[in-house]
Amino acid sequence: MSPRRLFAIMVKELRQMRRDRITLAMIVGIPVMQLVLFGYAINFTLRDLDTAISDQAATAGSRALVMDMQNTGVINPVRDASSPQELMTMLRRGEISVGVVVPPDFERRRVDGREAVQVLVDGSDTAVQAAAVQLAQTPLDSAAYVKPKPSQISVVGFYNPERRSAINIVPGLIGIILTMTMVLFTAVAIVRERERGNMELLIATPVSSSELMIGKVLPFAGIGLIQTTLVLLLGAWLFDVPVRGSVLDVYAATILLILANLSLGLMISTKAQSQFQAMQMTFFVFLPSILLSGFMFPFSGMPKIIQYLAEVLPLTHFLRLIRGVMLRGASIFELWPEVLALVAFITLMMTTAILRFTKRLD
Amino acid sequence: MNAQPADDLVIRARGLTKRFKDLVAVDHVDLSVPKANVYGFLGPNGSGKTTTIRMLCGLMTPTEGDIEVLGLQLPKQAEALRRRIGYMTQKFSLFDDLSVRENLEFLAAVQDIPRAKARQRIDELVGLYHFEDRQKQLAGTMSGGQKQRLALAGAVIHKPELLFLDEPTSAVDPESRRDFWEKLFELADAGTTILVSTHYMDEAERCHRLAILDRGVLVADGSPAELTSAIAGRTLAVIADHPRRAQRALIATPGVISAAQIGNTLRVLTGENGDAAGRIAEVLRGAGVVATVEPSEPNLEDVFVAATRGSAKTEEAA
Repeated sequence: MSPRRLFAIMVKELRQMRRDRITLAMIVGIPVMQLVLFGYAINFTLRDLDTAISDQAATAGSRALVMDMQNTGVINPVRDASSPQELMTMLRRGEISVGVVVPPDFERRRVDGREAVQVLVDGSDTAVQAAAVQLAQTPLDSAAYVKPKPSQISVVGFYNPERRSAINIVPGLIGIILTMTMVLFTAVAIVRERERGNMELLIATPVSSSELMIGKVLPFAGIGLIQTTLVLLLGAWLFDVPVRGSVLDVYAATILLILANLSLGLMISTKAQSQFQAMQMTFFVFLPSILLSGFMFPFSGMPKIIQYLAEVLPLTHFLRLIRGVMLRGASIFELWPEVLALVAFITLMMTTAILRFTKRLD
Repeated sequence: MNAQPADDLVIRARGLTKRFKDLVAVDHVDLSVPKANVYGFLGPNGSGKTTTIRMLCGLMTPTEGDIEVLGLQLPKQAEALRRRIGYMTQKFSLFDDLSVRENLEFLAAVQDIPRAKARQRIDELVGLYHFEDRQKQLAGTMSGGQKQRLALAGAVIHKPELLFLDEPTSAVDPESRRDFWEKLFELADAGTTILVSTHYMDEAERCHRLAILDRGVLVADGSPAELTSAIAGRTLAVIADHPRRAQRALIATPGVISAAQIGNTLRVLTGENGDAAGRIAEVLRGAGVVATVEPSEPNLEDVFVAATRGSAKTEEAA
């Protein structure tokens, strides 16, 4: 490995990148756009669901109950309906997400301790269904006939007591952004040289495979760190996302993910024949990463076999690391199994990529 | 002429063969390239020129055959060879989005030329190849001729002993082609051996020695003079009132390999044996065409046609 050659390749990459406006825009644009969009837009606790109410009892008690439901903030009554049938029609048309039916014999049912109110939910959206379950906990005791039973189990939420979504999302977003940009940048950077014929020139020179691969990857690693810094700063500024652990650990975890993604990109570049193919292969990895890593959906909710599959994705391990460090104040040494998994991934991918890259055309 | 002393040979290949699945791209080619020569590869597209060059510079592994380049065995010692050769690809392969100087700086570094020496060498090349006021121009914005000049400068930056050029002038105007060849002879005079592929006859004419490839087979090799004298007496000029009619009559005649029209004259290439001129005059009289038949000096185009078309004719007959 000659430092002069390695340096020359890095300088060349940076010079090319400087002249590539779209890549430059992507480096800064993607993190900023995604952070602002996702940070504000994604909200796992639903509020103000459009609701229609069919109060057939129309007693003081039923009105008080509807008021109580409204006060939870979950529902937002937009319509009235005369019958449950009308509610069903509205649900089907998508005009409302929730319908509340108070039957005419509401008072008697309540006294008898039978089911007194029905909540109809648009179950085609599971998140709405989950939110509506809260409504079932509305006490019917506004008229003080029934005493609510206090729960004997108390749940204490650590690390994100206000249950703000941004706190959950921003650390994961670092991982999403790095997975998207790092894999794509490296894969395309190498395939492009093959497409343009530069590779034939390069392999006819004394450059070695590892010099070429490492020289191409290192500038991107630098860019990954810039993106991480950007997300951390914006996250702290816009959403008060804390870094409870050490900042050094945050960067250590990030470097692991960057290297894992870059080596994956290299691997893709040895397989892809065109930039378009490289893009397709990147998405093949990207989508499962978003869906299965635990960023979007809870990891523990997935079937065992999918969980095993998700363990192969670098993002899964990174998410556990970064949430641990940023939100729970853990050190990466306490999370050593994830570190180990990422190191193993990097070693395997990098070695195969360098071995697969031959300085020959056949 | 072929009795070159062995250590003066820069490239020696025996039975060089490359197969891609069913296609035989290069078929048992033997080559001997002497030092400080400009050695030409002449052949139509798809004749195996590029594949042969790629095998000779260690970028492809031959299916069969032995190659020795600059005393190194290929493909085993390909890595050691890379420091001593320059390779200019058929398609412009420097970086479009780097400037002239940046491209040269990159190549100098990749060839491990120390920094100070590299700067000196780049300045020298910039002067030699007339890039003084274009050092900061992006390579992608230059004309075909300028790109080829830059590619050549890049290929010789480390002063290689052997230079491979794959159709270097295919996208270049005649004026630039002439300049380009001047540069090649300057390099050869300085002791560099040059292997250049082309499909231009006038370029082939300028080479010290020449190999003609046709569908992967080496059909002729030697100096241009040797090659043309080998077909002496087989080329005729037919001057006719109705050249197209004469052409139709001649093409159907056995022993005539080609009859190409040049203005009012037909340039006729005949097979190897017998009194061609007499027979042709007879055929034309029979066809009722008034014509005079004169012997003509053979040129490389005739050699090329004789070598490639000749084999096609015998194949069709078989």
